Amino acid sequence: MRRGSATRIALIYPELLGTYGDGGNAIVLEQRLRWRGLPAEVVNVPAGSPVPDSCDIYLLGGGEDAPQVLAADGIRQNRAIVRAVGSGAAVLAVCAGYQVIGATFPSGGEIHEGLNLVDIETRRSFAPPETPPPGRAVGDIVVEPDPRLHLPTLYGYENHAGRTRRLPGAGGFPLGVVRRGIGDGEGGGSDGGGGGTDGIVDGRVVGTYLHGPVLAQNPALADLLLTWIHGDLPPLEAPQEAQVLREARRRALAGS
Amino acid sequence: MVFVSGHRRGTVESAMTTSIPRRFTARTQAALAVERLAAQASRRLGRGSGEMIGGKLALRVSPGALAEVGSHRRTACVSGTNGKTTTTRLLARALGTLGPVKSNSGGANMAPGVLAALSRPPFDAAAALEVDEIWLPKVAHEISPRVVLLLNISRDQLDRSNETRRIASMWRELGAELRDTTVVANVDDPLVAWAAGGWHRQVWVSAGQNWTADAMVCPQCARLLHRNEAGWWSECGLARPEPIVAVTGQREILWYGRTISARLDLPGRVNLGNAAMAAAAARELGVEVEAALAAMAGLGDVQGRYQEVALGEQGRRGRLLLAKNPAGWVEMMELLADAPPRPVVIDFNSQTADGRDPSWIWDVPFERLAGRQVLVTGGRKEDMSVRLAYAEVPHSVHASAEDAAQAANEKVVDVVANYTAFRDLLVRSSR
Repeated sequence: MRRGSATRIALIYPELLGTYGDGGNAIVLEQRLRWRGLPAEVVNVPAGSPVPDSCDIYLLGGGEDAPQVLAADGIRQNRAIVRAVGSGAAVLAVCAGYQVIGATFPSGGEIHEGLNLVDIETRRSFAPPETPPPGRAVGDIVVEPDPRLHLPTLYGYENHAGRTRRLPGAGGFPLGVVRRGIGDGEGGGSDGGGGGTDGIVDGRVVGTYLHGPVLAQNPALADLLLTWIHGDLPPLEAPQEAQVLREARRRALAGS
Repeated sequence: MVFVSGHRRGTVESAMTTSIPRRFTARTQAALAVERLAAQASRRLGRGSGEMIGGKLALRVSPGALAEVGSHRRTACVSGTNGKTTTTRLLARALGTLGPVKSNSGGANMAPGVLAALSRPPFDAAAALEVDEIWLPKVAHEISPRVVLLLNISRDQLDRSNETRRIASMWRELGAELRDTTVVANVDDPLVAWAAGGWHRQVWVSAGQNWTADAMVCPQCARLLHRNEAGWWSECGLARPEPIVAVTGQREILWYGRTISARLDLPGRVNLGNAAMAAAAARELGVEVEAALAAMAGLGDVQGRYQEVALGEQGRRGRLLLAKNPAGWVEMMELLADAPPRPVVIDFNSQTADGRDPSWIWDVPFERLAGRQVLVTGGRKEDMSVRLAYAEVPHSVHASAEDAAQAANEKVVDVVANYTAFRDLLVRSSR
């Protein structure tokens, strides 16, 4: 990170990958830098324009089927995100965006090629063909993050039809264990949830199914991404509202 | 007659003997009697207007009842993500200049609610019917409406997987099957224009679209849409149709080649767009535009929307505004900006009818509320509070809308609520 210059946060194709409020992740990162007196700039990358390879953090959000394929085509063609990650940039990819940074994902009855940034694949189902595909995973989700991340419990909302798994020999590790909800859907429950994992952390790339937006509900994850770019950050007390929200979510989702 | 206890037998008889035309099948005649009884019972028990329960039971008795009571009369169906209820009410007013009008004014907008609206005499009355987006094909197939109004399609209740493209596609297929129906469609919404393109006859209206984020991709070819001041177009050839009716100013409508002035009691440009859509539909059913607009002018509130109500016991009052999705919130922002900057109470829930996922508030430009006193309440007040904190809008958090109004710096506030919050407020304030 170049001291003094603004941290550049790229919001990738918000028209295509902005269906579920994930653009809020850019707002959270920008404000948490600004409140610490550090300059920040959100770079909107509209669909159809080239993705710059000079940003520090790349954000991809959730979207519907056709836009997801369009987005995957765009970021695969110019590979700027792969180059940027090679020189130290961080990535947060949510839901459709999470699927897109993997090897392959389903959409409109076909399997599409992803960015291959992380070693995961997504399908409607990994069960034998004769079993009916599982239902859409829709609802509150609670994830206990991998201890290596030193993060508190993650709260969010998931809304996806895909099931995701790590490829053999995959790098990195799952973001965490699903305490409530489905996540990647490799758990022991009949719906594929319960005790499975959600997401991936591989180097500075994070993928997850959590909306909310995930960084609004889990500011410690936002600060982790910022630390990867900045090194140690000055402490930030504000906003108290986020702590109140986490406490409200904890109470609302307790006992399940 | 499970809904009617023994001592109410008199009601059974009176309902059975009230005029139900003989041209209906015996099954449907029975269904209409059941509808009437159930609605009466439901109202007596204080369980709302009774439209849902009555209509549900009637459809169970006679699944063909909707087609029987709904066809062979002048009907118009109003559908879209935002503005259905208001536009239906405006249309009902316009049609009222010709004679009696039936309408599901209670907001019960699925098949049972529509049936309930059509279940009372006179059975040849015109009807202005609000219909849920997903239910439109089912209802329209049954009643073959003379006119269908398609307002807009945007994100709403994402947890129900109501993908915008899927709704547009359903509507397009519907139009191909309704040979005698005219569609009145908003050209400023690409999803609506594409959907309406598949119908046999269109009346194109420019009603405006101040939320474009959900219509960036061409519904026909999935490539990105191009936009400029004049409209939108796609590389596949799909483009904004030329409107014959258009909102051209705060109080001005372009109407079949001439400019006419339109004054409404309902606030905001968005409601002028709704009025233009309703007037265009009324024209298809034989109402002159001057008469239609004059009839619409006196409407000041719709189901409590835009109405000023008492909040609590201490003389505090609030104007009620409904905003249940990003597009609706942006409309309310514009409306708030048109009036003196009162304190704003935001009442925000995420119950099933609201959509369980509150993430969409991050797409709403709450920064625009800066400079006002903002007070937050509702089941997801903490989520709204975080959103406002990141928007750097100072605010306070309260246990109820009444508490918030009490804490406001002025006696009259604007209350922006989403679906269940609005409904609950309306019930509490009308007690």
